[in-house]
Amino acid sequence: MSFNIVVLAKQVPDTRNVGKDAMKADGTVNRAALAAIYNPEDLNALEQALRLKSKIKGATVHILTMGPARAAEIIRESMYRGADGGYLLSGREFAGSDTLATSYALACAIRKMGKIDLILCGRQAIDGDTAQVGPQVAEKLGLPQITYAEEILDLKDKKITVKRRLERGVEIVKGSLPMVITVNGSAPECRPRHAKLTMKYKRAATPTEKQEKGDDYTDFYDARPYLNITEWGVNDIEHDIQWLGLSGSPTKVKQIENVVFTAKESKRLTASDVEVEDLIKELIANHTIG
Amino acid sequence: MNNIFVYLEIEDGIVGDVSLELLTKGRSLAKQLNCKLEAVAAGSKLDGIGAQVFPYGVDVLYLADDKRLFPYTSMPHTSLLVNLFKEEKPQIALMGATSIGRDLGPRVSSALFSGLTADCTSLEIGTYEDKKAGKVYENLLYQIRPAFGGNIVATIVNPDCRPQMATVREGVMKKEIKDAKFVGKTIKMDVSKYVADTDFVVEVIERHMEKSKLNIKGSPIIVSGGYGVGSADNFKLLHELAATLGGEVGASRAAVDAGFAEHERQIGQTGTTVRPKLYIACGISGQIQHIAGMQESAMIIAINNDPKAPINAIADYVITGTIEEVLPKMIKYYKKNSK
Repeated sequence: MSFNIVVLAKQVPDTRNVGKDAMKADGTVNRAALAAIYNPEDLNALEQALRLKSKIKGATVHILTMGPARAAEIIRESMYRGADGGYLLSGREFAGSDTLATSYALACAIRKMGKIDLILCGRQAIDGDTAQVGPQVAEKLGLPQITYAEEILDLKDKKITVKRRLERGVEIVKGSLPMVITVNGSAPECRPRHAKLTMKYKRAATPTEKQEKGDDYTDFYDARPYLNITEWGVNDIEHDIQWLGLSGSPTKVKQIENVVFTAKESKRLTASDVEVEDLIKELIANHTIG
Repeated sequence: MNNIFVYLEIEDGIVGDVSLELLTKGRSLAKQLNCKLEAVAAGSKLDGIGAQVFPYGVDVLYLADDKRLFPYTSMPHTSLLVNLFKEEKPQIALMGATSIGRDLGPRVSSALFSGLTADCTSLEIGTYEDKKAGKVYENLLYQIRPAFGGNIVATIVNPDCRPQMATVREGVMKKEIKDAKFVGKTIKMDVSKYVADTDFVVEVIERHMEKSKLNIKGSPIIVSGGYGVGSADNFKLLHELAATLGGEVGASRAAVDAGFAEHERQIGQTGTTVRPKLYIACGISGQIQHIAGMQESAMIIAINNDPKAPINAIADYVITGTIEEVLPKMIKYYKKNSK
């Protein structure tokens, strides 16, 4: 019996290492100036998917990502670690999407995939930190959701038991498949690349990437269907254009400001005994401490 | 119609601080917009909720009392809010940026096709001009939040969709009682009218909620450490100083990520926002994301061996030196002079 898992993943700018040219003049993010990485919590989600795949006979794991052509990199990266393949949803109609328009597009793509038993994704992406896409995809598909999963404890007769990590505690919950599960960063890290799989899939490509390689490779790819990464544009999914991109995004950015803090006039001290003792005496005298 | 709604988080019959903070903010927004402040409580045994929230100026309190609504699960609470909002058409809906609010908010916003901004650090009312459409919108909610790892601050608006939804972390807004004697109107909801039996599809089997042992937010003195502290072992010095002064130990994201301190001690945009009387920053370079969570401290002392650390710019006192050198001296001279 088949068991189809989809992992929603995002290629994100590495916001932990932001340089000066990271913003364009219009206030939008200059993604080209930043290293693009696999969103960390989506890797935690991939690991959960791969664990299920090894336990369930006939299970498949596919990645779904929305982004520019180069986002195919994270699909390949997933295949190196054990995923079966993936789908890239790409096109200018998706540009300017907020979380709601993104969720709508992803939900349309998932519907097109046929029978899906489980949708996994990271809790949130490091470029927006919103944690909205998982629950919104679930709502768009009319599926239940379990957020902040740390461990999938059991899966039997289409019932899944999950340990959730909350801000102030832990919960064990049980629900019926199909559903959407968002995975927390505290879940086990993703396994590394597998050497044999990396060799096998390193030439996996989307139709766009294959075109760039030229006609010489047509026979090569025809003989190796497992290297095909599916690429969908807006016309490949059933959609209502008004819910995509900017028009499908209820939130608008009014203004972007760089963060500046007003500097105070600071008193500079050395670590000498006298200066530290004077400071402590002053703090005691003005009742800041003591 | 057209009022401000706050979703209340309730644990053991107690309304969470984050909800009371949002009511305080909601009250002042309602005054500006000349509308009512309404609150929704969903759970079981809600008799004591009114007394807790009316002093914050809640005009109307909706009670959805049903034992199946506690503990929280996503779909029943979503249905309750979605169907109530369809009837009441609020202009603004606020919830905590907590485990619950960040699970519930997106689902509700998707069902209503209304924009949601997560983790706002400030909420204001203002005008928005859509130049392309040639339209001016009055009295919109400015949802102000850091973005892009805290390097920018974005102001988000939802011009056309209602409610305008936002989540806010605990400790970001101040909580303040408006009138201890105020009593608003209570409306008991017929839960079965709002929530379908089929919504109860996820079952909570076990639940261990820890009362946070730490009270960083409420501590008047915070000794906080960054990556520059160097090791979990050196963090012991911070604990020693905090214990001596009667304070708590905080940490920057970098220190938490490095495993020097527990996650619940994290101060900053992605942690807790604090406003203590005294903030001692040890080995903290002063990333924007950290400064945003502590800049309102009454007094800031920065201890750093880098005289050019960005945090020095907002500090009242800058001590150039190592943690190992300075902290023992502070402990020693406090003990000597405090008696």
